[in-house]
Amino acid sequence: MKVRIKFAKTGHMKFVGHLDTMRYFQKAVRRAGLPIAFSGGYSPHMIMSFAAPLGVGTTSLGEYFDMELTETVPTKEIENRLNAVMVDGVSVCSARQVEDGKASTAMSLVAAADYSVQFREGKEPAADWRSRLDAFLSQKEIIVTKKTKRSEKTVDIRPYIYEMHLDGEGVFMQLASASSNYTKPELVMDTFLQWMGEEPLPFAYMIERREVYANKGTEEDRRLVTLEALGDEVE
Amino acid sequence: MRKLALRDEILLQIDKAARYIGGEVNAIMKNKDDVDIRFAMAFPDVYEIGMSNLGMMILYDMFNKRDDVWCERLFSPWTDLDKIMREEKIPLFTLESQDPVKEFDFLGITLGYEMCYTNVLQLLDLGGIPLRAVQRTEDDPLVIGGGACAYNPEPLAEFFDLFYIGEGETVYDALFDAYKANKKNGGSRQDFLLKAAQIPGIYVPSLYEVTYKEDGTIESFCPKYEGVPQKVEKQLVIDMDKDYNKLEAPVVPHIKATQDRVTLEIQRGCIRGCRFCQAGMIYRPTRERDVETLKESARIMLQNTGHEEISLSSLSSSDYSDLKEIVNFLIDEFREEAVNISLPSLRIDAFALDVMSKVQDVKKSSLTFAPEAGSQRLRNVINKGLTEEDILHGAGEAFKGGWNQVKLYFMLGLPTETEDDMKGIAHLAQKIAETYYEVVPKEQRKGKVQINVSTSFFVPKPFTPFQWAPMFREGDFIEKAKVVKNEIRSQLNQRSIRYNWHEPDVTVLEGFLARGDRRCSEVILRAYEKGALYDAWSESFDYDIWKEAFRETGVDIEFYTLRERSTDEILPWDFIDAGVTKKFLIREWEQAKAETVTPNCRQKCSGCGVLKYKGGVCCESKN
Repeated sequence: MKVRIKFAKTGHMKFVGHLDTMRYFQKAVRRAGLPIAFSGGYSPHMIMSFAAPLGVGTTSLGEYFDMELTETVPTKEIENRLNAVMVDGVSVCSARQVEDGKASTAMSLVAAADYSVQFREGKEPAADWRSRLDAFLSQKEIIVTKKTKRSEKTVDIRPYIYEMHLDGEGVFMQLASASSNYTKPELVMDTFLQWMGEEPLPFAYMIERREVYANKGTEEDRRLVTLEALGDEVE
Repeated sequence: MRKLALRDEILLQIDKAARYIGGEVNAIMKNKDDVDIRFAMAFPDVYEIGMSNLGMMILYDMFNKRDDVWCERLFSPWTDLDKIMREEKIPLFTLESQDPVKEFDFLGITLGYEMCYTNVLQLLDLGGIPLRAVQRTEDDPLVIGGGACAYNPEPLAEFFDLFYIGEGETVYDALFDAYKANKKNGGSRQDFLLKAAQIPGIYVPSLYEVTYKEDGTIESFCPKYEGVPQKVEKQLVIDMDKDYNKLEAPVVPHIKATQDRVTLEIQRGCIRGCRFCQAGMIYRPTRERDVETLKESARIMLQNTGHEEISLSSLSSSDYSDLKEIVNFLIDEFREEAVNISLPSLRIDAFALDVMSKVQDVKKSSLTFAPEAGSQRLRNVINKGLTEEDILHGAGEAFKGGWNQVKLYFMLGLPTETEDDMKGIAHLAQKIAETYYEVVPKEQRKGKVQINVSTSFFVPKPFTPFQWAPMFREGDFIEKAKVVKNEIRSQLNQRSIRYNWHEPDVTVLEGFLARGDRRCSEVILRAYEKGALYDAWSESFDYDIWKEAFRETGVDIEFYTLRERSTDEILPWDFIDAGVTKKFLIREWEQAKAETVTPNCRQKCSGCGVLKYKGGVCCESKN
């Protein structure tokens, strides 16, 4: 049985990085006593794959991983058993059975993600950034320079900003998140501020990932579905 | 949600912020208003190292079983955070409540190795606690030390209010009760210390006075007040079923600790009596835990932590009577759940090879032998009962079983060592290489045999038969390593032998701290003030700082390291009754010089003195 887990990582757990979060769940699955499947060989590892890595410092209400169980367990029971062994700051939102197969791993499905960004106290730009957001987005293209270890390249990130609008004190954005067009919310915010002539301050943003989506449509005509919605509850 | 002591901006700019946030699986939260005693338990090294310490975890669990105590953890802030805390005057805090350590009743510091001593001062300093015990007031926590280095607490005597000598399970309850009673009666800090000093195993350095002879050796070591005992008796658990604190739910770190696994302590002590080994002396007598209890503990701890590995812990696992039973149990019970089984300190024999071939990939793993000395003569001196025949036979069997990597550990600078003993290291490595080509037919060989030889430099430790032995200067140590290196290079199979040796600077300093007295405190303090920190880490160890500290304080390091002490000298740690008698240690020192082997505890009682505890191996045959 292939199961997709959706979990939230909030509070202090944002300081626990991606690899350590994977280790955390490997141990949690054992504590929960779930019949996890292992690979063969001398050092067997759990058949488990995480969707999109989350940077240190970012909280999330929509994280995902898939795992393989050797027998069918009701999805509500999986959720409850995992929640019984969580620490403060990590909670399992749902468990869903998903179809088998390499093409449908959580990681390969990721197409977009929602974020909420707020300014940390005292780090908000002096300029009235709220009134400038529409003008920023109405640009035909938004060229940024991406530095990699070997080279610099320029990319137009406008097509990757699927959605961006004011939301309470901060900003909501939906960004492209596939491996080919993965766009960081920090990059979008920095670019926006620089476009206004403001220098972004270090650690200025508090970012929360809200949801992660697969694309069931085409590149041009997107039909975004949450990774959770691709699975089914099992009783 | 708990409020963290550090702001987000700080946590986001330092390495491994998860070291400082607490909130791990099985961490214990209480309400501080519901307890009488707040105990901050510190390990003076970075989180990943400290969280791998079994002793600390046992005490954390044990203290928190008391409703009136909340024990919390803290570790040395890494240098990046250290800098920020000083700049911003952020006081050192515990992981659980994130409260400043200065607010606690006790600050307990585990002393596992000498090279952490400057980190001890860092903890006090960042905690806002006066470094010297005499400067502390009624508002400061009581600073208590424990662990292996507490067997010679004197170099740290200035900085601690009290020390606990021995295993923590026995008198901490009495200490806490005395603290509560004193608080209730409105007693002062000094009142409590006087009471504490009367509890067996508790040493309050400020209640003793030391005088020195003109030659620098100790003239007298006496209690200052009536009722303060002349001798402090080490504490140990006699009944390993009733009085041993069984861990059930160790804390699971958020980040990968050095020991990222369940540690199952199968016994304490060692029957072997290697003359260089402090642990083998101070943890006498050898006490085994019941195998059925161990099985249950293994299951419970794996269940409660979710760890994917379990490791047996003891000084010499092969001497545990029910080793086969516990190992086979672990394999049968947990292999299916893909739990790795790690078996350190196993003597290489048929059983060990069979087990290892089941639990690890033979092709990728290497076998470890610790002959410690290169010649049989010197192995007799140190009472290491491993013969060349044992090693060659074990290696041969291993090669037949498919292994082709061997690790060999030796010490240089052992008492009576000659050039032949050093060269013997190279010759033994060569013989092992030859064994490979003899026992493995050409068509079955998978590449070359690989022999990794490592040498460390010997450090004499208190309460060992070598506690009187001289050490060497750094340059002499390097010469010894060169002898080994050159001899290895002239062996036929030298291409199969790799050699590396430890830096001698740290060794010499460790030797100074291990057998130091109260006057050494000044050097440690000066070195710390000049920036020494994380001396156990080669990347941060700076010997030049220490050299300056010696120069400025006028303390002569060679008085402590190079001198062969006479057996009638009063040693700084003589006031501790560690079980083994001085008479026994002197006898063993003489036996060593006579190159005579002493049988192990199961073969024949050597009358070391620990029979008085009436437990463990001393009483085995009588049961």
